[in-house]
Amino acid sequence: MKRKQLKFAIGSVLIVLTLSYLAYSGYQESKTYYHTVPELYSLKEKAYDLRLQVSGDVVPGSIQRDGKVVSFVIGAEPQTLRVKYVGKDPLPDTLIDRATAMATGKMGRDGVFVADTMLAKCASKYEKETAAGVQISKKSN
Amino acid sequence: MAAQIGQFALALAWVVTAYSVMASILGIRYKHDKLIASGRNAALGVTACITTAIVCLGYLFAVSDFSIKYIAAHSNRDLPIYFKISSIWGGQEGSLLFWGWLLTTYTALVVIQNWRKHSSMMPYVTAVLMTTSLFFTSMHLFAVNPFNQTVILQSQISPIPFVPRDGSGLNPLLQDAYMVIHPPMLYLGFVGFAVPFAFAMAAMITRQLGDTWIRTTRRWTMVAWMFLSIGILLGGKWAYHELGWGGFWAWDPVENASLMPWLIGTAFLHSVMVQEKKGMLKIWNMVLVIMTYIMSIFGTFLTRSGVVNSVHAFAQSSIGGYFAAFLVVALSGALYLVFDRLPLLKSENQMESIVSRESSFMFNNLILLAACFAVFWGTMFPVISEAIKGVKITVSAPFFNKVNVPIAIFLMFLTGVGPLLAWRKASTNSLKRNFLWPALIALSAGVVLYIRGVHHFYAWLSLVTSIFVAITIVREFYKGAKARATGTGENFVEAVVNLTLRNTRRYGGYVVHFAFGLMFIGWSGQAFTTDGSSELGVGDTMNIREYTLRVEKLGTEDTANYSSDKATMGLFEYGKKVANLYPERRVYKAGSEPQPTSEVAIYSTMKNDLYVVFAGASTDGRKAIVQIFYNPLTMWVWIGGVVLVIGTLIALLPNKKTPARRKPEAESKEEPKNIEAKVS
Repeated sequence: MKRKQLKFAIGSVLIVLTLSYLAYSGYQESKTYYHTVPELYSLKEKAYDLRLQVSGDVVPGSIQRDGKVVSFVIGAEPQTLRVKYVGKDPLPDTLIDRATAMATGKMGRDGVFVADTMLAKCASKYEKETAAGVQISKKSN
Repeated sequence: MAAQIGQFALALAWVVTAYSVMASILGIRYKHDKLIASGRNAALGVTACITTAIVCLGYLFAVSDFSIKYIAAHSNRDLPIYFKISSIWGGQEGSLLFWGWLLTTYTALVVIQNWRKHSSMMPYVTAVLMTTSLFFTSMHLFAVNPFNQTVILQSQISPIPFVPRDGSGLNPLLQDAYMVIHPPMLYLGFVGFAVPFAFAMAAMITRQLGDTWIRTTRRWTMVAWMFLSIGILLGGKWAYHELGWGGFWAWDPVENASLMPWLIGTAFLHSVMVQEKKGMLKIWNMVLVIMTYIMSIFGTFLTRSGVVNSVHAFAQSSIGGYFAAFLVVALSGALYLVFDRLPLLKSENQMESIVSRESSFMFNNLILLAACFAVFWGTMFPVISEAIKGVKITVSAPFFNKVNVPIAIFLMFLTGVGPLLAWRKASTNSLKRNFLWPALIALSAGVVLYIRGVHHFYAWLSLVTSIFVAITIVREFYKGAKARATGTGENFVEAVVNLTLRNTRRYGGYVVHFAFGLMFIGWSGQAFTTDGSSELGVGDTMNIREYTLRVEKLGTEDTANYSSDKATMGLFEYGKKVANLYPERRVYKAGSEPQPTSEVAIYSTMKNDLYVVFAGASTDGRKAIVQIFYNPLTMWVWIGGVVLVIGTLIALLPNKKTPARRKPEAESKEEPKNIEAKVS
């Protein structure tokens, strides 16, 4: 009986170790540090080495298309960031003026952030609108 | 008026739910039958109340009553009626109400179905389900009330009621047929797991820890599992059609939230069989059913609280705290019960061999949980790292794929091997008999695949494993049916049908396993996608593999709900025209800022999908920016999904009990295995 239990233990440990190794290497490969635009600037030198995800609102009128490359500015004055999107997937439809964009990629030495993955959240469009004018009140019912 | 009725129904539901919990518990405590019956009737009353509320909400959508904030924020006058109705679950408040409604509907069904059969357990089952319901009705009423009025806020004066002339519209991404059906399916799955959980709790409280609770909830578990599977697949289908990035699964937190309960639920479905047959893994099964339920609630929490960033998560809101509190209470209560009843959950048998049915179940469980654990960590990593290191670190697809792809392939392998292993210990002989030929055929297929250019290791392995599994399953049907046909004189087809109907669970299970083989073929194809993009004017063409795309026409279209740029493209396969495709770029009109979306056009065959995105007009406005994806074998994922449903439905059928003329060999399948096991 003891030997059999040992077999199960060894089998399970092997599986767990293999998976842990895979998880660790996957983590190393894809870990991304999330920052807002001001936080990014406070990283200084470190910003150039890490894979980063930067989020900020798209500055109205800043979206420019040049062939396949799309660039735009995110953040709020005075700390804004120019983002150049070079990814292969089509840009999300939700990436419009004032949408909250999340760009993943690397910070370039020229001050332009080169993104290979873009997320844009615009489901909150309605909520933002609500915040601006129309809002619920606890008293109303 | 409808809003007031809905509001009142919610308030009444809250009171009655609380009463039902109290009456059920006190009734058992003081052995007061009338009180117990009253608790049950109250549960049915709650169903009526919530049903009334949801009908009211649907009515408000139908008549576009924008004095209600939820309607104003999720609908507009020109929205087609079916999207108006589906808007019920298109936002936070309504979808939670929908969740709550399904829960009470399930509760009513459970109560009606089981009251007489399990009279000692049922009051507790009612109490547990109603406690969950109390949590949801509290949220409907106090946190995310769908019947709140639209009011205007100005800094100087107090809020005044306000009726906008039009609503701000349903999020265009949700204006899709799959979005009408995907959330209900998903919720039917999530909510369904509350039933086995409630029975498990009742079994522990009443100390009736035989397999009654398992047999009673077996079908419920399968139904919940089936709906959750459908929900996840339809979510993938929706993403594929609507998000326009060419794929159907991105390891987004919202997707992960639905996958986690599915993984544990799948482990539970399998490991209860070990308990039924061998009286083992009792504690483990309790833990699994608890975790499945907790993960369903956790998934709902994850999608709605805004704790993690996601493309399609609901907006940030205050309900996170409610969910967190409920999760802590439910989890600690359930685990306390398990701990307290440990002596009653003793195993009746022990594992005997590493090559046996039991151990294949054990490894199946181990890696399903490992997968869930990995998905959990990956999803929660930003939250965890922020708490510990103060910086949000996210992980993406490479992390999830690295862990889960090998797990999935290993699981597929077990799918082929497990069901044919004998209980206790499989002999070398039986291994050879069952697996030698399927393995040889699969490997030779592997050689052919390699020569034909399949060099991606995981894709190759996945295809070979799927073929292996498919062969073992087909052979099981063939062997069983042949034996039956010889025994009963039926023809082969009759024999297959009768064989299946006489042991629906086993053969239905095989069909589900086969479905996964098909899906794995589809997933393997995703290792070979290619894509391209180009700016095309009228008459321009673009090539990808064997296809050529030619722009025939660029035009515009205008409807009340949206305006669109529409391209007409001819698709040629090896130079022969096979289809016209109409990718669109729509701009939805509702709301203050127009919202563009791409409507992709997909030419789908069993071999591959050609997926065309109209990404926008070029700067001079005369050309279309077109992106195409060539996705091999994608259709097999959806075909697998359909087969999965068929298989589960077969497994749900009761076994047919017609006396056979002579005992067919297939029936005694379990027996020789045991004999064999004893011999070896």
